[in-house]
Amino acid sequence: MITRRTALMGAAIAALLATAPALADDLKLPRQRVDLIAPPFVHSHEQATKEGPKIIEFKLTVQEKEVVIDDAGTKMWVMTYNGSMPGPMMVLHEGDYMELTLVNPETNTMPHNIDLHAATGGLGGGALTKVNPGEQAVLRWKATRPGVFIYHCAPEGMIPWHVVSGMHGTVMVLPRDGLKDADSKPLHYDKIFYIGENDLYVPREENGKYKTYDSLAESYSDTTEVMRKLIPSHVVFEGRVGSLTGKNALTAKVGETVMIVHSQANRDTRPHLIGGHGDYVWEAGKFNNPPQKDLETWFVRGGSAGAALYTFREPGVYAYVNHNLIEAVELGATAHIKVEGKWNEDLMKQVSPPGPIPPDRLGAAEPDSAVVIR
Amino acid sequence: MLIALKLKLAVAAGLLAAPVAMHSLAPATIASDTEFAEIAPAAFGYRMAGDFSRGGRPVEGPQSTIRLSENLRIMKHQVTVAEYSRCIEAGACPKIAIADHRPDLPMVGVSWHDADAYAAWISKAAGVTYRLPTDQEWTFAAAESVKDEIAPLIDPSDPAQAWIARYEAEAARAASVVLAPQPVGTFGRNSNGLLDVGGNVWEWTQSCFVRAALDAETVRVTNRNCGVRVVEGAHRTYMTDFIRDTRTGGCAAGVPPANLGFRLVVVSGFSGMRAVISNLFGRPGRS
Repeated sequence: MITRRTALMGAAIAALLATAPALADDLKLPRQRVDLIAPPFVHSHEQATKEGPKIIEFKLTVQEKEVVIDDAGTKMWVMTYNGSMPGPMMVLHEGDYMELTLVNPETNTMPHNIDLHAATGGLGGGALTKVNPGEQAVLRWKATRPGVFIYHCAPEGMIPWHVVSGMHGTVMVLPRDGLKDADSKPLHYDKIFYIGENDLYVPREENGKYKTYDSLAESYSDTTEVMRKLIPSHVVFEGRVGSLTGKNALTAKVGETVMIVHSQANRDTRPHLIGGHGDYVWEAGKFNNPPQKDLETWFVRGGSAGAALYTFREPGVYAYVNHNLIEAVELGATAHIKVEGKWNEDLMKQVSPPGPIPPDRLGAAEPDSAVVIR
Repeated sequence: MLIALKLKLAVAAGLLAAPVAMHSLAPATIASDTEFAEIAPAAFGYRMAGDFSRGGRPVEGPQSTIRLSENLRIMKHQVTVAEYSRCIEAGACPKIAIADHRPDLPMVGVSWHDADAYAAWISKAAGVTYRLPTDQEWTFAAAESVKDEIAPLIDPSDPAQAWIARYEAEAARAASVVLAPQPVGTFGRNSNGLLDVGGNVWEWTQSCFVRAALDAETVRVTNRNCGVRVVEGAHRTYMTDFIRDTRTGGCAAGVPPANLGFRLVVVSGFSGMRAVISNLFGRPGRS
C-alpha cells in the first residue's frame, strides 16, 4: 500500500524529524539513543555515572496481537509496548531527561498512550501522548526521583483492560552516584533481571474451556466481565506460564550479586526467593529510602515496582515465586534461577539422608517390616 | 461391539472417513469389546522403580533380567472416554470433567483411585478380575517403548550438581509435546500390539513408591509408600495417588506427565492372583 504519495509524505516526515531536535535546543544537553531489549533482560547501562545529565532517547512501538500464554495453548489478545508483556525496562539517571517516542502503527486498532509513574505532571504523560493508529507522539520528562517506577497505558474508560492486557513496564531511575545501603556504602550488581508480573483474565466457555476471539475488540466485554470478579485466570511472569522456567530459566553463579526488579502494574504481589533472601530490598522501589536488609519475602504494591539485591552463596536451582503459592503453582507465577558454583557445606549439609526412623523412636515402623529381596 | 468398531475406525483414521453407524446400544460387557494383547512370558530387562542407596549414598535402581510367571493379558488401548463414561453413568466411577467427549480419545485426568474404581466396576460387570498392571508388567508389555532414563545421582557433598543436571535433563524433555489427548492409535503400535505407549498419556501402575538400601546380595526395602504410585509413559515418574492433573511451578522443576490415564490387565483366576502376590512391588490393597 505504499504509494508514491505516501512515500513522499514519509520523506517529508523524515525531514521534519531531522529538524526535530531543535525543539530541545534550549536544554543544550548531549543526547543518547538507547535500544531497548525485552524482559527479563535490561539494556546495558552504567550503575553510577560521572557524566552530566543527558537527554536519553527511547522508542516504544505499540503492538496488538494474539499470543499463547500457557503450555495448554491458551490464546489471548494482548496489547504491548515493543511486543513483550511487560514492555522493556528503560534505565536513566536522576537529572537525565527521557525523550520518549510512542508509536502506534496503522496496523493497530486502538488508541494508546503512556502514563509514567516516574514523571511529574500531565497524568504522567498520559494527557500528552494519546496516539491513534497511524500516529506517534514524543514526550520529554525529567527524572527527578530515583527508583523503579511503573509505566502503563491509560486511555480514558479502558485503563484496566489495557493494563491487564499487557500494556505496562518499568522505568529505573538510578542515583547518579549509584545505589547505596543505609550507611551510604555503595552497592553494585553483576546482573539485573526484570521480572514483570501479569494478572490475566481469560474468559471461559460454559464447558470450562478458554474462549478465543477473532479480534482484540471482540474479547473486550467478556474479558471485562472476568476482570470485575477480580480473580485472574493466570498470574504469570513475562506474560506466559513457563517464560522463566525450564529452558528459559535464568542463570547466575555463586558469588554473583543479582538485582531483581519486580513490577506489578495492577495487583499486589509478594516476591520470595526459595532458598535465598533479599540482602538489600527497596520494597517500595525508591532509592532515596535506605534498603531493608535480610528479607524473606517482600511486598510489591499493585501499581509499583520493587527492587532486591541478592548475592548467591550456594549453587542449585532456585525458585523465585509470588509467595501466594496458589498463584505461583496453580496460576503460573514461578521463575527458576540455575546457580552454578561450589556447594558450601557450612551453610547446608544433609547429615542423614531420608531413611527409616530408628526402632525405639516414636513413629518407627514395626520390626521386620522391611522387605528383603533376593 | 460399538466400542470395538469405533476403536478400529480410530486406528484407521484418515483411511476411513465413514461415520460410525449408531445402532441400538445394548450395554454389552466391555470385556468382549476390548482388545487385549496376550503376551507369553519371556526374559526382559527391568530397572526397579524407587529411590535406592548403597552405603548411604544414592545409586541408580538395580537392573536385572526378570520373567513374569505366566501370560500377561493387557489392554491394547488405554481406557477410552467411551469406556470410562459408562462407569460414570453406572454411578461406579467418580464424575470427572471430560473436556472432549469424542469416544475414541483416551480417558485422561484420572487419579489412581479413579482407575482403581473403574477396574473394580468393570470386573464386576465382566465377571473377570481386572486391575492396573504392576510396573514390571507394564515394562514387559511396553517392550521397546520403554526409556531407561537414569537421573544424575546426588552427591551428598555437593547436591547442587545433580540437581542442576536433573533440571536440565527434565527441561530438555519439554519439546514437541502435544498436550491434548489424541485419538486411540495416534502414537502408534508397539511390537506387542499395544497402542500409544509413551505417547502423551502416562499410565498409572499398581506399584507403590519404595525406598530401598542395596548391599552385595539384597535389596532391603526400608519404606513403601502406596500413597505414591509409579506412573509410566514417555518417562517414568512417581505420582501421589489422588492427583488427576499434573502441574509444575513453585520449586517443582521439569516437565510433568501431560495427561494421566491407564490401561488394565486381566487376572486369570487363582494363578493370576498368585502372580500378583509374588510381585513384591505390586501388592494391591496396601495403601
